Amino acid sequence: MTVQVGTVYLLASLGEIYAERSGILNLGLEGIMVMGAAISFIFTLAYGHLAAILASIIVGILMSLILAVMAIYMRLNQTVTGLALTMFGLGLSGFLASPEIRRIILLALNPSLPERLLAIQEAPKLPEIPVPGLSEIPVIGCFFRQNVLVYISYMAAPLMWFILFKTKPGLSLRSVGENPAAADAMGINVFKLRCAATMISGGFAGLAGAYLFLGFQPFWQEGLTAGKGFIALSLVILSTWNPLKAILGAYLFGGVEVIQYRLQLFGLGALSPYLLAMLPYLIAIAALIAVSIESVRKRIGVPASLGIPYSREE
Amino acid sequence: METLVELRGIVKKFPGVLANDRVDFELRRGEVHALLGENGAGKTTLMNILYGLYRPDEGEIYIRGRRVELRSPRDAISLGIGMVHQNFKLVESHTVLENIILGLRENGLRIDFESHRRRITELAERYGWRIDPMARIWQLSAGEKQQVELLKILYRGAEILILDEPTSVLTVQETRRLFEALRRMAAEGKGVIFITHKLNEVMEVSDRVTVMRKGKVIITKDTRETTKMELANYMIGRQVIFGRREASSKPGAVVLKILDLKVLGDRGYPAVNGVSLEVRSGEILGVAGVSGNGQVELAEAIAGLRKPMAGRILLNGVDATGMDAGKMIELGVAYIPPEGNKLGIVPEFRIVDNLFLKAYRYPPYSNKILLNWRRMLGKARELIEEFGVVTPSVFSKAKSLSGGNIQRLILARELSGIVGGAPRLIVAAYPTKGLDVGATEFVHDLLMRYKEMGSGIIFISEDLEELLLLSDRIAVMSGGRIRGVLAREEADAEKIGLLMSEAAIQAG
Ligand SMILES: Nc1ncnc2c1ncn2[C@@H]1O[C@H](COP(=O)(O)OP(=O)(O)O)[C@@H](O)[C@H]1O
Ligand SMILES: [Mg+2]
Repeated sequence: MTVQVGTVYLLASLGEIYAERSGILNLGLEGIMVMGAAISFIFTLAYGHLAAILASIIVGILMSLILAVMAIYMRLNQTVTGLALTMFGLGLSGFLASPEIRRIILLALNPSLPERLLAIQEAPKLPEIPVPGLSEIPVIGCFFRQNVLVYISYMAAPLMWFILFKTKPGLSLRSVGENPAAADAMGINVFKLRCAATMISGGFAGLAGAYLFLGFQPFWQEGLTAGKGFIALSLVILSTWNPLKAILGAYLFGGVEVIQYRLQLFGLGALSPYLLAMLPYLIAIAALIAVSIESVRKRIGVPASLGIPYSREE
Repeated sequence: METLVELRGIVKKFPGVLANDRVDFELRRGEVHALLGENGAGKTTLMNILYGLYRPDEGEIYIRGRRVELRSPRDAISLGIGMVHQNFKLVESHTVLENIILGLRENGLRIDFESHRRRITELAERYGWRIDPMARIWQLSAGEKQQVELLKILYRGAEILILDEPTSVLTVQETRRLFEALRRMAAEGKGVIFITHKLNEVMEVSDRVTVMRKGKVIITKDTRETTKMELANYMIGRQVIFGRREASSKPGAVVLKILDLKVLGDRGYPAVNGVSLEVRSGEILGVAGVSGNGQVELAEAIAGLRKPMAGRILLNGVDATGMDAGKMIELGVAYIPPEGNKLGIVPEFRIVDNLFLKAYRYPPYSNKILLNWRRMLGKARELIEEFGVVTPSVFSKAKSLSGGNIQRLILARELSGIVGGAPRLIVAAYPTKGLDVGATEFVHDLLMRYKEMGSGIIFISEDLEELLLLSDRIAVMSGGRIRGVLAREEADAEKIGLLMSEAAIQAG
């Protein structure tokens, strides 16, 4: 369970780490995730799991492109544009997945769909694939009885760490987020690189949404992300923009949520589950306050140009 | 000698400014070519064009005889052009090595740290530099950062080197070492363009010199065939007098006394570390030193903008330690902040609002509730007249003013004594930085005038020439401490530089 919940956070924050390392704050994460979930819902019914996953990634990338154009090329305020994108995603996903509209889309995508599938509120869950041998080990065996997206997240985190810290594109990306003028002077295309990083964050957020729906709770509900995108944003801070540390943080948040589900299940106390449910949000708020304090910023290594648009002739 | 660079008829316009006006320029192999001009003459703009950062509106660029289009720094780099910018373009939190290999085009995605480390060390040794490739940039001194900037371009095999005012952050000794390295690079067959506004440096290091003024090239000459005086005339466009100003007044009572002051900097460590000073009325105390050595923190502590950690500040014998800026103003302290266009004005406010940022609270400009606009406007018009602020009206926004006029506006507000007469203590932090000659002379005159009227003045500057010109005594600051105080008779550039670097040796 801990791993299953944590994977939502891990996938979303991995992409966001790239965007923020390049200097772009993608506050649209929540909206892209919920769109990813809605798209994966519709596409699973129409074409199956693989198509659903790919479609939600593509939609995530397209949505982040809106942010990229506004924040990078038009140099608009990233907080405002990001939040607008979140609103947009929440609204649009609810609209697309509402029964009447969904029915029309599904019929357009696949006219031969049986009536039963046109109306249901749920979709088949992604199957769990136990890894032979590893999944039988006590305690850690649970890490290896998961669906394919979880395995992808296991591989993505170290790979993304390696690219970021050990390769030239990674160095360029980090430099662009720290001091774009320095990178520009060394012949790096700041705009393209920031655009690429933003698209990566969009793709991962779309994937995180698809995973949330298909791999974890395959019942459609409007706004089913319930702030998970914002928790992922604070996780990026807690991980100090490091993909490996993001793994730990993601499972920590995942664990807290699981405990809270359990308490609800056993009906322990009326108050405590709510308090516990607040915990990830409290941590998120604390992390966001912390980065707004100048001295803390320096210590934890916020990308120095995070949120600041770049232009050459200024 | 082969021509490396030729610029023909370069024109570059910015909104409201003709930054380059049909400029011709030539760089030959094996020369150090000085590009001399006042602030705002258009030197940086011209070099940014040669480096592909700006696109010229008109004109042609030839590199080694071939016509080229430079669309971005990438194009310039691949033609062997490298530029060290006026403000360092380094990623502070990254290592020296990461900064040097940033954007390098070669095979493979993975970074071979070990081989880069070896090659960087070798290259540095060739120019007599000892630098640790794994050190982080923020750990380095200004001189070392400069070396990293140079290594960055040398590592790419550049042979056309542009240095934009490279000495402005260096001590005298660091400057000398830089010049040795530049001579060496020229001897290896590279071409070096050296931008400066300091005449001594032109004479010391260059083979040829091109003088720019107001966007135009005035002349190009062999350095051996010219003199400082001649170059100054080309640069400024009229006779200049290199002379010390004498004041008739004598220093009086002690206005400011600082005892063992310690002040925390932004990064959380002490930026001022045990400073004791004294300023008398009718005296200018110069504070020399490379900027970033605690001067601004010291000034802000005196102005009440920064709380000291330890030590005492006495104003006219009254203990003013830890008082806020409002109290300090009432005690007669005027503060001219550095980077006036950022810290000294509210850009979106009108000129009259900016003039009365402090005084609006006091009669006759307001009673307990209402502002007296008629009086404020009258006084504002008087002040812009007296301080020579060039503006269409007092209702223009402050951000529409040029740098020199912004500084005049700040001086008008701080020094005019709108409240409570002439200031008893003036703390001026880099008041002439970035100003043209006219505005600089105005600031100098003003400081001298207040000195004669009996104000005590702390005058912080990086420019030794102006410090020697105005100061009665010069305190040399480095590493948050005062390394020595020289009387004007015994002070010279050599001694001041030595005090700065002795401290560096002790510290390192
Ligand atoms: N990016 C810019 N936008 C607008 N004006 C500029 C810009 N860069 C320089 N200028 C103006 O062009 C003129 C020349 O500036 P610059 O080339 O920096 O001079 P220098 O390097 O000789 O001090 C100045 O008047 C300056 O204000
Ligand atoms: Mg310049």
